Amino acid sequence: MELIFSKSKQGKRGIKFPRVDVPVEVKIEPKYKREKLAELPSVSEPEVVRHFTNLSKKNFDVDSHFYPLGSCTMKYNPKITEKLASLEGFASLHPLDPQLIMGGMLTQGALEVISNLEALLCEITGMDAFTTQPMAGAHGELTGIMLIAAYHRNKGNKKKYVLIPDSGHGTNPATAAIAGYEVKTVPSDENGVMDLNEFKEALTSEVAAVMLTCPNTLGIFNPHIKKITDAAHKVGALMYYDGANLNAIMGKVRPGDLGFDVIHLNLHKTFGTPHGGGGPGSGPVGVREELEEFLPVSRVVKRKDGTFALDYEKPLSIGYISQFYGNFGVMLKAYVYILLLGKEGLIKASEIAVLNANYLKVKLKKYLDVPFDKNCLHEFVASVSHQAERGVRAIDVAKALIDKGIHPPTVYFPLIVKEAMMIEPTETESKETLDEFIEVMKELALLAEREPDVFRDFPKTTCVSRLDEVKAAKDMDLACLS
Amino acid sequence: MSYIPISDDDRAEMLKAIGIRDVDELFKGIPESLRTSSFDLAEGRSEIEVERHIKDLADKNSTDLVTFVGGGFYDHHIPAAVDAIVSRSEFYTAYTPYQPEASQGTLQAIYEYQSCIARLTGMEVSNASLYDGGTALYEAAMMAIRITGRNKIIMDGGVSPIYRKMMYCYTSNLSIEFVETPVVHGQSDRSEIEKFLDDKTAAVILQNPNFFGAIDDHSDIAERCHAKGALLIESVYPLSLGVLKTPSEMGADIVTGEGQSLGIPLSFGGPYLGFMATTKKLVRKMPGRVVGKTQDAEGRDGFVLTLQTREQHIRREKATSNICSNEALCALRALVYMCLIGKDGLKEIAELCMAKAEYAKQRLEAIKGVEVKRTSPTFNEFAIRLSKDPNEIIGKLISKGIAAGFPLGRYYEDLDDYMLIAVTEKRTKREISMLAESLEDALWS
Repeated sequence: MELIFSKSKQGKRGIKFPRVDVPVEVKIEPKYKREKLAELPSVSEPEVVRHFTNLSKKNFDVDSHFYPLGSCTMKYNPKITEKLASLEGFASLHPLDPQLIMGGMLTQGALEVISNLEALLCEITGMDAFTTQPMAGAHGELTGIMLIAAYHRNKGNKKKYVLIPDSGHGTNPATAAIAGYEVKTVPSDENGVMDLNEFKEALTSEVAAVMLTCPNTLGIFNPHIKKITDAAHKVGALMYYDGANLNAIMGKVRPGDLGFDVIHLNLHKTFGTPHGGGGPGSGPVGVREELEEFLPVSRVVKRKDGTFALDYEKPLSIGYISQFYGNFGVMLKAYVYILLLGKEGLIKASEIAVLNANYLKVKLKKYLDVPFDKNCLHEFVASVSHQAERGVRAIDVAKALIDKGIHPPTVYFPLIVKEAMMIEPTETESKETLDEFIEVMKELALLAEREPDVFRDFPKTTCVSRLDEVKAAKDMDLACLS
Repeated sequence: MSYIPISDDDRAEMLKAIGIRDVDELFKGIPESLRTSSFDLAEGRSEIEVERHIKDLADKNSTDLVTFVGGGFYDHHIPAAVDAIVSRSEFYTAYTPYQPEASQGTLQAIYEYQSCIARLTGMEVSNASLYDGGTALYEAAMMAIRITGRNKIIMDGGVSPIYRKMMYCYTSNLSIEFVETPVVHGQSDRSEIEKFLDDKTAAVILQNPNFFGAIDDHSDIAERCHAKGALLIESVYPLSLGVLKTPSEMGADIVTGEGQSLGIPLSFGGPYLGFMATTKKLVRKMPGRVVGKTQDAEGRDGFVLTLQTREQHIRREKATSNICSNEALCALRALVYMCLIGKDGLKEIAELCMAKAEYAKQRLEAIKGVEVKRTSPTFNEFAIRLSKDPNEIIGKLISKGIAAGFPLGRYYEDLDDYMLIAVTEKRTKREISMLAESLEDALWS
């Protein structure tokens, strides 16, 4: 589709401002002025709306497509959450308002939302305190690792390393490195979980933290988890829980009970807030009691009279990790989601998410290789290795799925499985949808046997076919400047 | 409420297919001793009940004040079409566009967003977005450190104090040397910057307009930076670029900013939008997602996430940043806003904000007990000095329905008799008069 700039013509307008009602003429010294106006497009509102409406039709999304993207928890986003997050009483609230008069009296409702959400997240995860400030999962990880660093610094511990299993999300090692630690990667064992012996070998007194996803990216719950957390604590290391996969275990097991010290959650995964095509997300961080004093400021506190206030006087706090209180609009949606589902609803969400994944796994085993074939929870990793022998790779199956109207699973991750397809159906898909997916995969498996060459041309039904990524990286056409 | 489309019969059939009798058998991999010790949550509620609860909470917030509070976050008008577009579930319920053929809508929108940010700032490239203005500035500092191999950062005192606090927080575990230089007569102190600028300096960080609303031309500082092999990082207020000299014209190497003013609601602090723009030369060291234009086998134009070898999912601990999810939907808001406002509209809104702020200045400086500093020109925000405690005055005005401004003593110890006043296109002459009259009343009655 043509770029919006192609519709631009001098004189077209998409907005009208009120007439200047003050008797002032704006004068700016030439040295402070831009030479030429910014070349934003000159277009009318109808053209803008048509352009973006048509663009939107070139997307797959959860409302219209099955989207079993592993580790991303692409569940349905309840419509009421959108409606309530846009209420004027929240949407037009200025973040500096609580600081205008003593005690945040202008923003009691918003502070109560934060306080209530923190309490709910504590109970769901078994942690003692939460901050809602981190704005995405990776941001939560960075906050968590900085908390761990502050804890060690305060204790006078000299720590250097962060241990991460080879099945971990890429954000884990990136986070540890950015926070100033060296990363040591621990291999997985034949069951797909972190190798206990290799772990013990790597676990020295210089280890600051161990970052784990549990269940891991293979959907497997590590049966040695308590041994791992105990061993880590023995050498003075803290346990970090990557909460990307919490949708598997709500009401079944809590990271706090397992011995984790710091965790982040992805509200845009487990708690039903939309992903927005790449954010905004929200990545609250929970800690055990002994780390609470390091949490970022401000902290929402409840006064004896039942009102809420912001506390900035935390001498050991790591400081400001976000401008204010985090992605409030996203937090509000997650709060609504938790209230709607309640205790039974959250437990059922996890149970059906796990049921759906296991049903798919059992049915798809006939057509795809499943390398770590036991006890999967909310997701599992299949491998296209069998089809790859005939030249049909994971990426080819993914593109064929697009032609069938299904968003492909996560491909080539985790890195420890060849030709990986990480499949996470979530609880908001019907059996009919799962059965259709199974039928499609069966059909594609047969096609891979009979006519492997045809896969190269998929997808055929989309507005573009496979795009030349090498050309994109070489040309570096990253903006239309004129 | 539940959002599960699996019936009891479905469940029975599925359990049978798996070869188990009860869902709980699926959790047998979790040892009994580790099972949840407590899960004390309320029962699920209906939409009616939850909506009532949330509306009650919303009503406890005071959003009916006439506001002159800014501090980097502004009460600008948001055209209805912006909300309409981002409310399309094709946009808001999609994931990061990993499968380009099924995500051309999001990808083309990001490319157009990158183009608009580049045109706005005068730079060559922009990334797909970062979390907010503060984290964008931190990422820019880390980028400069990577590019230069140096570890000293000079920050101007006019850079938002919130951003500076964030910078210290993120780098507390790293060995980076920071120098803060003061603001003189509202603008950057050239001689102090020059004093500290040396061949160990990775970057000088400036903000325009600065936290006090003052406008500057940093071209001379850019020259001095480049002479020493350091980079200039500029944090900017995007709407001001309707009229103000661009960071590119000044010679900045990396430009960042808070994009909230571009059609994003205040929403109690987020979600907002961090933007970053730079030169093609430096793009491989840039953090975050970036979309590039390419073609398919039939020669049709299309868009993909590109230069991914900088990113965490490929490079893991060697990545330029750990960022994954960013603020795509807020970037879409900013794009639709920039399209609606257009080339001429951007200049108009910038001038409208400036004119109203200048009028407010004139009205306020006529009041006894109010001093307006006119040592440097300002955009739509300015500091005033009061003869009485600003906190007290602000409190008095709130009871009259006016959020008069922000007390600077909150962030600057030596400025506890100052407050910061922001005026946007939404404020009317009448409201500004009301501010002036109420302020005079509060000071003298």
